[in-house]
Amino acid sequence: MELYYLTAHQLHDMLIKKEISAGEITGAVFGRIEEMENKIRAYITLTRETAERQAREVDKAIAAGEKITPLAGIPIAIKDNMCTTGVRTTCASKILYNFVPPYNATVIERLNEARSVLIGKTNMDEFAMGSSTENSAFFTTCNPWATDRVPGGSSGGSAAAVAAGETILALGSDTGGSIRQPASYCGVVGLKPTYGSVSRFGLVAYASSLDQIGPITRDVTDCALVFNAISGHDPKDSTSAALDKPDYTGYLTGDIKGIKIGVPREYMGEGIDPAVKEVIQSAIGVFTGLGAEVEETSLPHSEYALPAYYILAPAEASSNLARYDGVRYGYRNEEAEDMVEMFMKTRSEGFGAEVKRRIMLGTYALSAGYYDAYYNKALKVRTLIKGDFDRAFEKYDLLLSPVAPGPAFKRGEKMDDPLQMYMVDICTLSINLAGVPAISIPGGFADNLPVGLQLMGRPFGEGDILRAAYAFEQNTDHHRRLP
Amino acid sequence: MISIKEVEHVALLGRLELNEEEKKLYSKQLSDILEHARKLQDLDTDNVPPTAHVLPLHNVFREDRSGEHMDTDKVLANAPERQDDYFKVPRIL
Repeated sequence: MELYYLTAHQLHDMLIKKEISAGEITGAVFGRIEEMENKIRAYITLTRETAERQAREVDKAIAAGEKITPLAGIPIAIKDNMCTTGVRTTCASKILYNFVPPYNATVIERLNEARSVLIGKTNMDEFAMGSSTENSAFFTTCNPWATDRVPGGSSGGSAAAVAAGETILALGSDTGGSIRQPASYCGVVGLKPTYGSVSRFGLVAYASSLDQIGPITRDVTDCALVFNAISGHDPKDSTSAALDKPDYTGYLTGDIKGIKIGVPREYMGEGIDPAVKEVIQSAIGVFTGLGAEVEETSLPHSEYALPAYYILAPAEASSNLARYDGVRYGYRNEEAEDMVEMFMKTRSEGFGAEVKRRIMLGTYALSAGYYDAYYNKALKVRTLIKGDFDRAFEKYDLLLSPVAPGPAFKRGEKMDDPLQMYMVDICTLSINLAGVPAISIPGGFADNLPVGLQLMGRPFGEGDILRAAYAFEQNTDHHRRLP
Repeated sequence: MISIKEVEHVALLGRLELNEEEKKLYSKQLSDILEHARKLQDLDTDNVPPTAHVLPLHNVFREDRSGEHMDTDKVLANAPERQDDYFKVPRIL
């Protein structure tokens, strides 16, 4: 197997046995990028010099006999909405095309402490608003399994880079499915952690009560290793939870005897591709075979998640994106003669169609006369949706469902109808509203396209999710198939 | 149905300048999306409290102590226009 297709834990073993160097790993990944990038287009910015310097430092440390962390010398790609000191951070938007952050996001600080190697910043839907990466202001990323199809979104660049061997690890962010859905479409592992378990400091805000950063990796072990590195309390994020974190690799035992898994029937209904249902049915067989108790259950308010999400997320976005006004950073219209004209022209020229649509929608939902009917109503419905999950987790350790209604769709197919595009996230949105963790792992294939399966857990129950995901992975080989 | 006039009002609140084509498009698309959102009205939520976020947090305080702040040049490094230690903008009045 080529170096660029190995996992972080395999590469770590080779590093400490001195079979390879960090420099060689980085070289192999950049070689692969040269070979693939004109076809995939996963990256907005590559950081080769930084990567080579970081790799050299790790090689020096190994030569000096220092003990290295599991992520030391391992290449990682970062979604371009996380601030990186001195490295352009665009959110795939014209309005931030030239923004060079003066500070690192907390997750970047933590990866630096672990001495992982920054390969570059990945493409995404502008401001993380979208499900296909087609809303990038710069270019569209292609799915490595079928280049006429989307990689999913909004973390499409990160998922495509992992799938194509253009990095070993990646970070994405997930507000309504933006880690899990591209992970499903690209045949990789993607974890949306519990709200509050990973610091959002330095993550460019889209919808602050829903956004979470998480790992996109080749297997569940790598997912646990990255989650170990990035999770934990951060005084710079007042919503980050002050909890002790375990070593999540301790959950990777393969033993799931007696765990209770519920399959919500609302996620297996009309609109779900029969091939996807088949993948879930066969996964149920695997879990049952391993001694799990699997039964059908219900999350009765599921059908209200989409409308509630598309009021709440745009409302928060319209407020968060008020800061892009051409005053302190980013794009500015230079012709405007007064301040308000400058705001209007800067924002109209700087934002793309989907971002404008969500600002309009959110502004409307928050405006006088509509606040109670839309925004406050959606907040109350959010309580009901969260209540469904609370009740389900009294009985079940985990819930199992599809990640998306189908496999990756063709580029251009849903761009003219926003509501059709929003429907793609029907199986993932409610998890963000409830704030619980969920993972997408390779579950099977439909017409040679990867199909993910989703495991959801109790708040801060990432350990249970990883335990079951690992057991499934060890008893299947979908994650070993390459595009 | 969201009228063109409402679209113009909301665009102004959101500090967006839309051309005629965009106004027409958003009038239709916002109407479609809000029509879908009307489904929420089916639910009786009279006795349901709102959830703004999921954590059991209210106010988060830290010790009131001064710390390091970012160097002024770094703060201003991304400014579209700068004069001395200020962000420069077009005239306000």
